[in-house]
Amino acid sequence: MSTTLEARNVDATAVTRPRWLLPFGAFSILFFIAAQAISLYLSQPDRDMGHLQKIMYVHVPSAWVSMIAFFVVFVTSLLYLIKRDIRHDLMAASAAEVGVILTALTLALGSIWGRPTWGVYWTWDPRLTTTAILLLIYVGYLALRAFTEDEDRRARWAATVGIFGFMNVPIVYMSVRWWRTIHQVQSTPSTVDPYYVIGLRLNAFAFLFLFIFFVGMRYYIARLERTKAVRLEERALAEE
Amino acid sequence: VSRAELSRVGAIVWKDLTAERRTKANFNAVVFLAGLILLLFGFALGPDHDALRDAAGGVLWLTVLFSGVLSFNRSYEQELENGSLEMLLLYPGDRRSIYLGKLFANLTFVLLVEVIMVPAAAVLYDIPVWSVIVPLSTVLLLGTFGFVTLGTFYAAMSSRLRAREVLLPLLLFPMLIPLLVAAVQATGAILDGDLMNVAGSWIRLLIVYDVIFFLGALYAFEHVIED
Repeated sequence: MSTTLEARNVDATAVTRPRWLLPFGAFSILFFIAAQAISLYLSQPDRDMGHLQKIMYVHVPSAWVSMIAFFVVFVTSLLYLIKRDIRHDLMAASAAEVGVILTALTLALGSIWGRPTWGVYWTWDPRLTTTAILLLIYVGYLALRAFTEDEDRRARWAATVGIFGFMNVPIVYMSVRWWRTIHQVQSTPSTVDPYYVIGLRLNAFAFLFLFIFFVGMRYYIARLERTKAVRLEERALAEE
Repeated sequence: VSRAELSRVGAIVWKDLTAERRTKANFNAVVFLAGLILLLFGFALGPDHDALRDAAGGVLWLTVLFSGVLSFNRSYEQELENGSLEMLLLYPGDRRSIYLGKLFANLTFVLLVEVIMVPAAAVLYDIPVWSVIVPLSTVLLLGTFGFVTLGTFYAAMSSRLRAREVLLPLLLFPMLIPLLVAAVQATGAILDGDLMNVAGSWIRLLIVYDVIFFLGALYAFEHVIED
């Protein structure tokens, strides 16, 4: 497709890195280290689980933030279909990549916790199973992107897959919950040690900040890659 | 929905089914593959009669999924080979009729495969389908409708890519997990006489799933097919 720069909605000026990105990245990494240190130092070993409980500080935040990631994919996909601005597509792709990493991390950490606690690495529990299905759905999303070469087509197709995937989340969860359930009942802040709550909240923010940094960085790189691709194409067309 | 739109949908269904009827190559192959999968599951799970009968619902639906998925890409590939998709898109009228036409042609195709496959499964797995034919057909129809709805939608994308054979199941099967769970549970309950009275809730879940993704696909198809 030989459309011009303008028609394809590119900023012809160079993509610059947002000034907040690197300082924010440094901050979020330091915040993460601090949140981990504080929560590990503050919390006493759990009565039943002992030090194993501390996996909660990485498992639960990564699960929460992965849901935020897929919600971002959903919203930016919808925005892309409405406005057809390629930046929404690049943002959806960035959030999906980070979301897949976080989902995989959630599953890995959950398995490490599940083996000594439940006695098995894997169980067909609703939340665990839903997370695994989400991982598969968004791996499919990334695979579709990887196999689709035309940019406009990739953006439109990926947007529909991203929207359908998110629409499926509550249906998947309901169906698996009816199917069977043994997941640990969610604790509420009133039933656990206050230091656990502080540790969990700190780490939830730590993961959120890291998520914003990663997505921001990935989005910046995606825009650079895109500008490069468009320029190469322009040059090739000019030489003809 | 206007009369003109209905006749457009009808024309596409007729065209696709005629193309299929004249070659029959694909239908016959898919039917034999379905029979083969039923046999393979029997060898993998068997030969204990009770075990086979307990697994029958799951086996039946996995066979529908694994054999049916082969028909979706083909439904667009035959258009792409002759460049006739461009022609279809050039015709006046709503593009949704293309989707609906493909959807009902594929639905007919998969249901016809099931008409042969289910009696075969009844024999091989010793399940009493005749006494429960009405509820069983309801579940088959609802489950197949949801399956074909998403299959036809995703194949509109995957059929135009090099990696179509692997990409379609990769996109489609994770999305179908709620449908698979509901359909297998409902089928299993019905084959057992539905003593716990659970088939109804699973059927309602199937209906919700079908409605949501049918409407979703109907609205999103425009974005997928335009080029």
